[in-house]
Amino acid sequence: MFSLRAFLFEEKNERDKRSAAPARFVSAFVACLLVALVFYFSFRQVTYQWNWSAVYQYRRSLFAGWLMTIAISLAALGLSTLIGIVFALVRRSRFLPLRYFGQLYVELVRGTPLLVQILIFFYVVADAFHVQNRYLVGVLILSFFSGAYISEVVRAGIESVGQSQLESAKAIGLTRTQTYRYVIFPQAIRLTMPPLVGQFVSLIKDSSLLSIIALNEFTQAARDVNSVTYSTLECYIPLALGYLALTLPISLWTRALEQKLRFET
Amino acid sequence: MLIGPSGGGKTTLLRLLAGLETPDSGIIELDGEQIHFDEEGLLRYRRTVGVVFQAFNLFPHLTALENITLPLEKVQGHKRADAVEAAMALLRRFQLDAHALKKPAALSGGQRQRVAIARAVAIKPRILLFDEPTSALDPEMTAEVLDMIKQLLEEGRDLILVTHEMGFARVVADRVAFLGNGRIIEWGDANTLFGAPVTEQCRRFLSTVLKY
Repeated sequence: MFSLRAFLFEEKNERDKRSAAPARFVSAFVACLLVALVFYFSFRQVTYQWNWSAVYQYRRSLFAGWLMTIAISLAALGLSTLIGIVFALVRRSRFLPLRYFGQLYVELVRGTPLLVQILIFFYVVADAFHVQNRYLVGVLILSFFSGAYISEVVRAGIESVGQSQLESAKAIGLTRTQTYRYVIFPQAIRLTMPPLVGQFVSLIKDSSLLSIIALNEFTQAARDVNSVTYSTLECYIPLALGYLALTLPISLWTRALEQKLRFET
Repeated sequence: MLIGPSGGGKTTLLRLLAGLETPDSGIIELDGEQIHFDEEGLLRYRRTVGVVFQAFNLFPHLTALENITLPLEKVQGHKRADAVEAAMALLRRFQLDAHALKKPAALSGGQRQRVAIARAVAIKPRILLFDEPTSALDPEMTAEVLDMIKQLLEEGRDLILVTHEMGFARVVADRVAFLGNGRIIEWGDANTLFGAPVTEQCRRFLSTVLKY
């Protein structure tokens, strides 16, 4: 007899697990249905005058904001990766003031809300250093914020390279720099990739906070449109979907990288 | 060859000779040349000796061939083509050429250790140092690694070996040192030391390990 069980439960042994595509499909569908039901029920309860056409008029500015979010995130990703690597090394430095400086930076950034950092850096620090361009300031703040997290990821990657590897490198006469270049980094990168890509997801979402310094990215665009049309949900639902369109593929990519890593080791 | 009970100082002595550890006191001379234990001196010194560890210590992200060419290129300053050629010649000689492009994970323990030995030999070291090279291997692989070491000895290479393979030590060693409690307790040529040990400690150690 055809059992429902076969469609809803994961097989116990490895061989059947891989060949269970229908079960996975059906179960994913059930999960989606459940989420859809919750939202359907909730939205039915509100008495809300939907006004999609008003928001639709502003689709261009929303799209421009979405592109700006991508641009800011990409710029911050590059810069924060660089910052992350530099601070991972700084925190392993044998020159102690430098090491403690690195530690202080990471702890301060990770221990305070991004919102506060943005406000202080934009209105106080950037002002003091006469940096006027808010896009530049925005990218810098986001990079230093994300860089602190990345430095932890990179540091974990570096430290995961075993003591025996360092010993080996030493025994064949590699210098410290060569050891990093030929032994540590190539191995650390593979382990660092999945969490690094995952960090990019956070970065994209965190960039939304830059709207408080009136930087015209996606969230700011949605807020602007909302303030003109008063159609809050019609602005924020596309906003959520716009972020998901960016973060979901990256999330899936992270999963794939993790899988690949597991097979290689 | 260095033999003796665990914790007796064999590995420490070898690590000192490899320039991986600095002595609390005293000096070390190799062929009448003193080892300088400052950073610069150690780096230069390490480049002239070949070390093989117990746990292989090949670089897992590099192929067998690259494991051998890395020190040749980056440390010894050979050109890439020369390094590859020298490495391939070595791999061929030790019947490892079929595995040249495999990563360590795809090699057996014995093959890994033989690649590690080839890496140490490739730089033409003035001395080869082995730290229990067969302790992590099963008997069959142990034999294949010992064969390779024997072959190196027959070529007239100088080597110092820390081992628990008493039979092997007895057959191939010129001189054997028995270490315990951080000092050399007895030392002499292999036949004398194994045949008629002088000290009580050495006698007891040998009778224990050769019992089975």
